[in-house]
Amino acid sequence: MTETPETPARSWLTRLAIYGPLLLFAVFVVFVGSQLGRETRVTVTSKLIGQPMPAVNLPGLGGAPGLTSADFKTGKPVLVNVFASWCIPCRVEAPQLARLTAMGVTVNGIAVRDAPDDVAAFLKTNGNPFTRVGLDKTGQTQITLGSSGVPETFVIDGRGIIRYQHIGEIRPEHIALLMAKLTEAGR
Amino acid sequence: MNTNTIKPGMKPKHQRLVLLGLALAAMAGALALGISALGTSATYFYAPSDVFAHAPAPGEAIRLGGLVQKGSVQRLPDGLTLAFRVTDNARDVPVRYTGIVPDLFREGQGVITEGHFDAQGTFIATSVLAKHDEKYMPPEVAGSLHKVQGKVTS
Amino acid sequence: MIVELGHAALWLAAAFALLQALAPWLRAPADDAERWTGLAVPAALAQALLVSLAFGSLVWAFATSDFSVKLVAENSHTMKPMLYKLSGVWGNHEGSMLLWILVMAVAGAAVSLADSPLGDRFRALVLSMQGIIALGFYAFLLAASNPFARLAIAPTQGNGLNPLLQDPGLAFHPPMLYAGYVGLSVAFAFAVAALLERRVGPAWAAAVRPWVLAAWAALGCGITLGSWWAYYELGWGGYWFWDPVENASLMPWLAATALLHSVAVLAKRDALRNWTILLAVVGFSLSMIGTFVVRSGLLTSVHAFAVDPARGAFLLVLLALYIGGALLLYALRASTVAVGEGFAPVSREGALVANNLLLAAGLGVVFVGSGYPLLVDVLGVGPISVGPPYFNATFGPLMIPLVLLMAVGPFLTWGAARTDKLARKLAVPGLLAVALALYAFAVWDVRAAFSLIGFALSAWLGVATLAILWGRMPWRTPRATWGMALAHLGVAFTLFGITASGALTRELLVNLRLGESAEVAGYTMKLVDVAPVAGANWTALEATLDVSRGGQPLTVLHPQARLYTSPMMDTTEAAIHTRINGDLYAVLGKPDGSGRWQLHVWWKPFVIWIWAGGLIMALGGALSMTARASARRSAAQPVGALVAA
Repeated sequence: MTETPETPARSWLTRLAIYGPLLLFAVFVVFVGSQLGRETRVTVTSKLIGQPMPAVNLPGLGGAPGLTSADFKTGKPVLVNVFASWCIPCRVEAPQLARLTAMGVTVNGIAVRDAPDDVAAFLKTNGNPFTRVGLDKTGQTQITLGSSGVPETFVIDGRGIIRYQHIGEIRPEHIALLMAKLTEAGR
Repeated sequence: MNTNTIKPGMKPKHQRLVLLGLALAAMAGALALGISALGTSATYFYAPSDVFAHAPAPGEAIRLGGLVQKGSVQRLPDGLTLAFRVTDNARDVPVRYTGIVPDLFREGQGVITEGHFDAQGTFIATSVLAKHDEKYMPPEVAGSLHKVQGKVTS
Repeated sequence: MIVELGHAALWLAAAFALLQALAPWLRAPADDAERWTGLAVPAALAQALLVSLAFGSLVWAFATSDFSVKLVAENSHTMKPMLYKLSGVWGNHEGSMLLWILVMAVAGAAVSLADSPLGDRFRALVLSMQGIIALGFYAFLLAASNPFARLAIAPTQGNGLNPLLQDPGLAFHPPMLYAGYVGLSVAFAFAVAALLERRVGPAWAAAVRPWVLAAWAALGCGITLGSWWAYYELGWGGYWFWDPVENASLMPWLAATALLHSVAVLAKRDALRNWTILLAVVGFSLSMIGTFVVRSGLLTSVHAFAVDPARGAFLLVLLALYIGGALLLYALRASTVAVGEGFAPVSREGALVANNLLLAAGLGVVFVGSGYPLLVDVLGVGPISVGPPYFNATFGPLMIPLVLLMAVGPFLTWGAARTDKLARKLAVPGLLAVALALYAFAVWDVRAAFSLIGFALSAWLGVATLAILWGRMPWRTPRATWGMALAHLGVAFTLFGITASGALTRELLVNLRLGESAEVAGYTMKLVDVAPVAGANWTALEATLDVSRGGQPLTVLHPQARLYTSPMMDTTEAAIHTRINGDLYAVLGKPDGSGRWQLHVWWKPFVIWIWAGGLIMALGGALSMTARASARRSAAQPVGALVAA
């Protein structure tokens, strides 16, 4: 190799082979990172965080008292769980809601676009963790709450201000987070 | 192991470039092969509402996912074929499946079925999964059910 | 108390990992570097001991059902059989992370105790890399997912473990898989150390070879166990589904397969230097990506399943640092590694290069197929799935030339190979390959071209591999040759099993009353009884099926429909009668309400060969591993070749 060995070896092909893997991996990291970012956004931001809870006046189930704005001004932070009998993730989170109730948390439910009989059956099979259940037949309350689907869970402080929105089902690992948010809201 | 006795056809450096070219060509070829195969063999996932929005052609292999509609499961006289409806609580689709349904199959449960539509609009399932992921629920089903806003109550 | 000790041991182990990571870099002014470097080995041993203690204390907590430990409460149950209480230790996120670190520390101890042909300084560097990798996962474990966390109020009973996971096959599947994944970390550490020390060459290759083989064999075992579990536990007779979790284990295996072949070329011919290093880095990178990205659910983007973003971000940063760092080092140093030797295209090394290209291409298509649904989902086109049709259409064709070459390669010599005798040597395998394909066509009535090719290739590879050993004195044949022959034979077995069970499976779906019978592939099944039975934590309906062939009673099958009590869940337990030429596989379905029971029975010819082949491959790898002394002697090189310029 007496004739200028560096020139052919430094061709674009060589560079591609040397830096290619690093570039590919960088693309991968950016892709996964943007995924993470997306989920973070979905999970934490809501226009209503820090805003007062919109007026709520929902009928209850089978003659039981419904859910009204007064239920959110008791001085004690509460959870509001937006659910429906036709929603599978809502069944998955039922044990977590039960655990939260057992830990002394007040949980109110809003059943969205649902028939009273179905809701009653749902609560019978999956347990009823709710202090109050309001029936939101048209989905209007859900929309004013800024909720786009079920299940979602809101932390409301004792003065009726929305402090936190949890989108998707509550998994066992989310309980600590929700408890922390409730404690924070209670201060 | 005396390397001097070997007479390679090319100088190592040139040979390395050829190898490099081959390697890159192989990877590019694999990529092209993969992408062309994806075009023909990726299976699209449909929720019942999607079927009504843009119907798949009869015979096209798709996955259909949703809940087994309450009260819809019927066993046909042969004792082996099940007829049921898969719903996302907005629309529902008739499904037929011959075989033993998985352990988690029951009314109201989430399922994913693989198969195709026949000319009459019945989904002929070749497999029914109530997949055993960590939460016992296929993510696609959970996702599509979350997206559907709900049924219109009477 | 024991649990707190375990927690403390884990912290101490992390401290030793830090010492291990720093040892070769410390240089006090008045001190000589040797003293510090020498600390790496004792640090690695101490770390391994302490992690074993930590792991042992968690095992203790599971064995005694200490529900004040959160992890035990969430994943165990007093009614569970002891074996599954123990396997529950790693049947969850935190415990499996601890297992990962345990295996890593044990691998570090093995590196410490084995000879170090490249010198103590190089070993200290390898251990340092392992320490650095381990530290990241200690941080993750201790800060974000502490397995020893206590509950304020201990529940009286635990949540239980998914019954599908209560199975001996699955109990040992993760530890084997992890041994493979983490074994590749040794190759990774060797590669990084070689780049730092500029010692890429035959001596390096000979030193790293046993580690690659060990990891490859363990990974192969793990994949085989997982596939076998899926086959008998899931109750639909499938053994490989190309789902992301399976692909996550297949990709490192493909990389490791390529690596162990390119390591051979580097050891013998001093060629493929950069490529080998890159493969070592990629192999472990895929292991980490597989375990932490896919399994943690980071990429299942449906937000009902979103993983805690902080946890995900932590893992991502960790991966970016390790993999990105190694690839950056590779990019910076690769151009300074001197070009290795060249070689003739028709030669052992030429065949091995082709093997590497095909394996890399196979890896590429699996990666594309696994990643595409995620990409599509992000682009918002809607969920799609990429299943067996894609992989059969892409991975399959790539394996055809690979298997063709596998039979030829061992007959080629290193350097420019003579080809005149090749045709004679390969005549018998070629003839038998055609014969088997014709037999399958005529007697078994196989018409699919893909299946016929599969039969031909398995005979071609199997016979050619036997021909390597033919006429050789078994005790004079090098152990490495035995290992290679066994591994290739294993591939032939697996290929035959896959082809035969795919092409010749017979299936029967019937509704039987008690006393009625049905027939599949010449076997007569008579439904004698359906009765309730009970186990430790389940009850079941069990069918009794008398199987006979030609009037001769053969066996009795007992398929069950089980109901587990903790947690509540139905499963089907398939009854399998295994013979060398095929499996009878029976599943009991639901009653149809008129006194008839659904039965689904398969005759799956030669299906056991698939896993037998997998185990034979792993055995071949293990045998080759013990042959390292001879490999090192024969790879003795002039000093100039050892040290890359």
